[in-house]
Amino acid sequence: MRGSLRLRPPRHLVSRRAIMWWTAQAALEVAAVLIPLVVGLIVWGGARPWLAGVTAAVAVVGLGYVLVMPRWRFRVHRWETTDDAVYTSTGWISQEWRVAPMSRIQTVDTERGPLQQLFGLATVTVTTASAAGALRLTGLDRALAEDLVEQLTYTTQATPGDAT
Amino acid sequence: MTEAAPREPEWQRLDPRMLAVTPLRQLAGFLPVIAVVLVIGVGQDLRGRLYGLLGVLVVVLAGVLRWLTTRYRITNERVELRSGLLFRSARSIPRDRIRSVDVTAGPVHRLFGLSVCKIGTGEHTEGDESHELTLDAVSATEADHMRQRLLERLAADDPNHSGVSVPSTATELATLNWSWLRFAPLTVSSLVAVGAVAGAFGQLIGEVSDVADLGGVREKLSMAPLWLSVAAFAVLVPVIALVGSVLIFVEAWWGFRLVREPGGTLRIRRGLFTTRSVSLEERRVRGVEVVEPLLLRAGRGARTTAVATGLGGRHGHGRGTLLPPAPRGEAHRVAGAVLTEDFSPTSATLRRHPLVALRRRLVRAVLPVLAGSAVLWLAPVPAWAAWATLGLLPVTVLLALDAYRNLGHALSSRYLVTRHGAGVRDTVALQRSGVIGWTVSQSFFQRRAGLVTVTATTAAGGGAYHVIDVWTADGLAVAEQAVPGLLGPFLQHDVGGAAHTLSSRL
Repeated sequence: MRGSLRLRPPRHLVSRRAIMWWTAQAALEVAAVLIPLVVGLIVWGGARPWLAGVTAAVAVVGLGYVLVMPRWRFRVHRWETTDDAVYTSTGWISQEWRVAPMSRIQTVDTERGPLQQLFGLATVTVTTASAAGALRLTGLDRALAEDLVEQLTYTTQATPGDAT
Repeated sequence: MTEAAPREPEWQRLDPRMLAVTPLRQLAGFLPVIAVVLVIGVGQDLRGRLYGLLGVLVVVLAGVLRWLTTRYRITNERVELRSGLLFRSARSIPRDRIRSVDVTAGPVHRLFGLSVCKIGTGEHTEGDESHELTLDAVSATEADHMRQRLLERLAADDPNHSGVSVPSTATELATLNWSWLRFAPLTVSSLVAVGAVAGAFGQLIGEVSDVADLGGVREKLSMAPLWLSVAAFAVLVPVIALVGSVLIFVEAWWGFRLVREPGGTLRIRRGLFTTRSVSLEERRVRGVEVVEPLLLRAGRGARTTAVATGLGGRHGHGRGTLLPPAPRGEAHRVAGAVLTEDFSPTSATLRRHPLVALRRRLVRAVLPVLAGSAVLWLAPVPAWAAWATLGLLPVTVLLALDAYRNLGHALSSRYLVTRHGAGVRDTVALQRSGVIGWTVSQSFFQRRAGLVTVTATTAAGGGAYHVIDVWTADGLAVAEQAVPGLLGPFLQHDVGGAAHTLSSRL
């Protein structure tokens, strides 16, 4: 039976706008590294030939990251809720699948950073009593996230369990 | 007490003996300096003495103020504490949230018959102390009374307490065997001892040299030949480590007793100068952990820790510790006794992990060393540095082999057992009913190798326990068997290579 059992992807994709959000995020991250390098290059460019090489390398890797990561993530990030559990998959190069039973859910929060607000997105965090078991559903459509929180809150209240 | 609420108990002050204890403990901190001043007899001028007197006065006044402004009471519903004059703080813990009552008494406290009582809810929000309440200090009898009262209520309050059989009398699960003293030098406490002595010595030198030059001792020291210093160092460090670790062991574990009390509490009592009593509710125990750090393992020793909810953090600041460093067999026996199992799940035969896991560990051991060596080869440093780096290879490879040998997992009727660790071998037996979720993770290289790491999340202990580098199918099967129905709905069997599922990726 080896190799025959595997996790199926959760049912729902995240919002397509999440690609833009991740791209913006990645662009900001790369810019945070690249801009000081470019400034350094302008200030003492001639004296530091290796700096040009480092800058070019960062630019190439950064561009690749900005282009590839969001699309890859969009294919991986998925979520699903059933009557009994919440199921998510996240990541890109490294991937992670998380399951938390409804009976063990403690809190359901939404969170919207400035970038997410710009793209009309929200992140739903589902925490359990475990310090390491929180599920994060990132890049959901804002309205959908609100509905989801309401539904999860309702379901967890209706499901008996002491959460530990 | 007012007429409106006749049953509300009165606010109580802390024990008045604290008025003496607080200044004395403050003074104890200055003992080394005082000793040095007395021995060398530095002639202080009048102003210095005045400042000293003022300092003592401030400490005493602060103690009086603290005593006057601190009050606590235990009602039927809550434990409340009010303190502070300018910054008033009021803390209140609902009694049904109380998970632990720890009693400690340092030497000065014991001299006055006092104990510090720490009442905790077991919730551990980062940086938030409101889930804990410390009464520093009450009389020892009051502390013991409070401990019993607050914990007994817990056991009585729990109607669905069915998992563990509750004995009617206290049973002793473990006591100290002085032959275990041989493990003391094999623990970190030997390093702690060396560090403490070095620190104290450094501080003393610093303080003393401010006062006087100690009759030119420093000059003599700096004139001694190098080989003498090295030899002295080589002899002194092991001796300090040996003696220090033994002393630390004796102080920490003197009179150690692990007792199962009626009402479903495990109680650990220990300590020579500072006595500690830690109570652990049995219904909060989700498993046990047997830890074998490299040196201790070489000496065939191990430590046993409870995996319990509400201890705060991975090892709950040592509150989960059930046993001093002890022989491996004893560690497993106590682990079993705590779980009320005849045969400890931690000593079960474990399933080995795929050989690919060994390859992963070897790659991780070899590649960084080779890369480091290559960088040094290119860098403007002598060539021997690059060669010397390669000398690390045997060490890292041995650690990799050890890490692979330590990988294993097993599933028994009630426990998920997993073991891992390079150097420090960590064996955890987690109650299957304590698993509150699964995380399956796969790095890029794990995906290529067809492996996964399956993590059981739990409210207890570190919150997550890992089964590292197993075949994807095996790992998922273990998770599904351990908690039937949780992961199952999200699993799929491939039939003839084609996945039968509604949404197939890619």
